[in-house]
Amino acid sequence: MANEHNSKTHASSEHTVSVGIYLLIGITLLILTGATTAIAFVNLGPFNAAVALTIATIKALLVILFFMHVKYTHEKMTRAVVVSGFFFLAILLALSMSDYMTRAWR
Amino acid sequence: MADSQATIVEAEVQNPELRHHFADMEQQKNAASLGMWLFLVTEIMFFGGMFCAYLVYRTSHFAALAAGSQTLDIKWGAINTAVLIVSSVTVVLAINAIQHGKPRTTINYLVITVLLGLVFLGIKSIEYTNKFEEHHVPGAGFHFTGTFDDNGKQIPVAENEVQLFFSLYFAMTGMHALHMIIGIGIMTTLAVMTWKGRFSAQYYTPIENAGLYWHLVDIIWIYLFPLLYLISRHT
Repeated sequence: MANEHNSKTHASSEHTVSVGIYLLIGITLLILTGATTAIAFVNLGPFNAAVALTIATIKALLVILFFMHVKYTHEKMTRAVVVSGFFFLAILLALSMSDYMTRAWR
Repeated sequence: MADSQATIVEAEVQNPELRHHFADMEQQKNAASLGMWLFLVTEIMFFGGMFCAYLVYRTSHFAALAAGSQTLDIKWGAINTAVLIVSSVTVVLAINAIQHGKPRTTINYLVITVLLGLVFLGIKSIEYTNKFEEHHVPGAGFHFTGTFDDNGKQIPVAENEVQLFFSLYFAMTGMHALHMIIGIGIMTTLAVMTWKGRFSAQYYTPIENAGLYWHLVDIIWIYLFPLLYLISRHT
């Protein structure tokens, strides 16, 4: 191995997350997938979409915070970029829908 | 090279992977991570455009899009969601292993990730085959005879408008599948690079950044699954 070092000199101060947390998040994500699938077969009227998208957002947040290490990064710049991505997506969706959903006059 | 100069160079370069324009490995890693996230933001906006198109047409042609959505098999969508979640876990475990200086374990997890990615594509191909057999692929051969099941009440829908749903379905899942294929290629390359000893506990940025990409593709599916498969079941 070219880069076999003694592991005591950790070049990066990055927090290494324990395997247990990864497995816990993974199992939570699988449970949420099962839950959202089961709820789809129950008639909640307009709340079916709301519940499904809320669960999807919880799952996405778990992936972003724990798997993508956003929870553990100390870099404010990286956090700003992550937030800006979803902020501009929200602008795209909110402004587009505010147009298309208010065209009753047509 | 003079001896004194060589000593200076050696003192400055602790890790052969450290580029000279970075102060240390951590700064280099943070810069790479920031760059990766900037790329992921462009990916979010790229898929965001298609999500926006889906929402707009779901609002304007609700019954037809719901009718199309009701023909999808929730079973395959749910299994594929689970497959992708497990593959995301194996990616973080691969990174965790290299952080602890265990490249062999990293290779194992990367290979499992690739296999899970192939399982996802295999299931997707089963679904696509069904769509072709049912003539639910947009184009000259498109044919749709179903109705929109509005909680038991059958509402007739225009064939052309249902075609709109399948156009969105193939555009979104197809573009997602293309990202999966690219991701599988990246993960395979990284497994080979790990095998060749390119990564260590001090340097594994490419695996970490590929992981970020893989998770983002997972997140996109986490939204595609309810939007395309689930939310039209009951309305």
